[in-house]
Amino acid sequence: MTALDRGIVALDSEECKGCGLCIEACPPKVLSLRRLLNRYGYRPAVYAGSGCTGCGICFFVCPEPGAITVLRRGGGACQNN
Amino acid sequence: MPEYAVPEYAVVHEKPRSFYSLYERKPELQHQTHYCPGCGHGIAHKLIARAIDELGIQDRTVMISPVGCSVFAYYYFDTGNVQVAHGRAPAVATAVKRSRPESIVLAYQGDGDLAAIGAAEIVHAANRGEPFTVIFINNGIYGMTGGQMAPTTLLGRKTTTTPFGRNAWNEGYPLRVCELLASLEAPVYIERVALGGNRQIMKAAGAVRRAIENQVKGLGFSLVEILSPCPTIWKMNPVEAQRLVLGEMTEAFPLGVFRDRTKSATVRPAAPPAPPLAEIPRILGLTEGCESTPSQPAGSSDWRIRVAGFGGQGVLMLGEILIEAGLEAGLDVSWLPSYGPEMRSGTSNCHVRLSSGPIDSPLVSRPNVLLALNEPSLRKFLPTVAPRGWVFYNGTQLPDGCERPDVQAVVRPFTEIADRVGDPRAANMTMLGALLGATGMLTEERVLTALRRKVSSGRWLEIDQRALDSGIEAVIKGVSHES
Repeated sequence: MTALDRGIVALDSEECKGCGLCIEACPPKVLSLRRLLNRYGYRPAVYAGSGCTGCGICFFVCPEPGAITVLRRGGGACQNN
Repeated sequence: MPEYAVPEYAVVHEKPRSFYSLYERKPELQHQTHYCPGCGHGIAHKLIARAIDELGIQDRTVMISPVGCSVFAYYYFDTGNVQVAHGRAPAVATAVKRSRPESIVLAYQGDGDLAAIGAAEIVHAANRGEPFTVIFINNGIYGMTGGQMAPTTLLGRKTTTTPFGRNAWNEGYPLRVCELLASLEAPVYIERVALGGNRQIMKAAGAVRRAIENQVKGLGFSLVEILSPCPTIWKMNPVEAQRLVLGEMTEAFPLGVFRDRTKSATVRPAAPPAPPLAEIPRILGLTEGCESTPSQPAGSSDWRIRVAGFGGQGVLMLGEILIEAGLEAGLDVSWLPSYGPEMRSGTSNCHVRLSSGPIDSPLVSRPNVLLALNEPSLRKFLPTVAPRGWVFYNGTQLPDGCERPDVQAVVRPFTEIADRVGDPRAANMTMLGALLGATGMLTEERVLTALRRKVSSGRWLEIDQRALDSGIEAVIKGVSHES
């Protein structure tokens, strides 16, 4: 097992509408659209499971208030980029 | 919301607390906003909610939601909420802020709302320097109604109302609201930001926060314009729409700070407290003739009165005296004037209601009292009078074709009577006197109180009183009421 990632991104697949803005914006490119549709008929964004830097950019570009939660190792200051 | 408890990790970005945890808009959709995938409103909402959280003002924030897609903002923000008529957010925000100065008022408006139907409201609110915050979402289109041209639509862009593309010769140029408002003296802070990608969004977050913080500091008018994508109506996917904001839209609407007087602006002085209610008659100069207190009306009455004549005959004045006196008598009253643009010689009439119960409508289409000051008015309104109603006519006899045996007609030469007691222009008062004398609708005392309040000239007050008395006399003198 490699060293722990700096961040974790938690995506709520039932709130996501699959617009794809987070996937476009994610610097390490660790997000993608799931093949399986959610309850509302959208393909929600999912996290690859590793590689998140905890930058929080996906959180800011996401139009849904609570679809994305970002965690960072050790908490850290809310610095972006 | 799920809890993310992972050892060694801490949450750094999550749904702001200023949102409701569930949105009670529709039972099956309590989890999501109603916005389309990739909509800029959701991002703007998030930036606002975060700023509210950071400034710790959730419990005193009032969101003013507009008409447009963001009409439902009140389902999302767990703050005070007012949803207002189209374009009127600045007017309502003014009222909320003035009546509750400690509240943080955020007017949220789209471009159709703010720049088209509400253009006057925003200009005057900004010009008055109203100390609230406006978040102006500009996506260059009417989204909710299906894609009509907005004042901010880019040149050449096809919309449902510009099917060949917006043409400057025909529809003018995209309206630059920030530049327009920055020409005014009063605004403290005006900035234009955009949602075309994460860099622009982070900048927008800062501007939104600053605009709200200004209000917390008590400074004046702040506005942030946010260029925002509308993928659905632009017929693009969300990523393409975001690129259009970053490129074409940002070119047409340059980003930047157009006004920043946050350093030099002084805290607005608090408005003086409103005077106590009891002081208001004195401030309005209404102390004369206000001694009497309204009494409870005896019995039930519902007078539906139409007063009609030429402009200048005192038709509206007669109605006003009636309702003032009715108020004195403790009745519910309404007065609805209807007149042409001329000050003299046009026709004029008014609807008056005096009722011992609540008044459902101020319109009087079936009067039980008609006061006709001339023949055309009599001919026009006589057929509308209810059976057993009263008709007062200014003349010596009813003209041909005006027979209504089912009504009680009082026909007197009111103008001549008025002339005899001082001035033919007091004919309205002689007619009012006849109305009192014949129907006992109100006591003369009430009417005199109303007259003293309405008529400032001492000479006219005297003439009016004499005219009133002679009108009462003219019906009481045993002359038959029936025609």
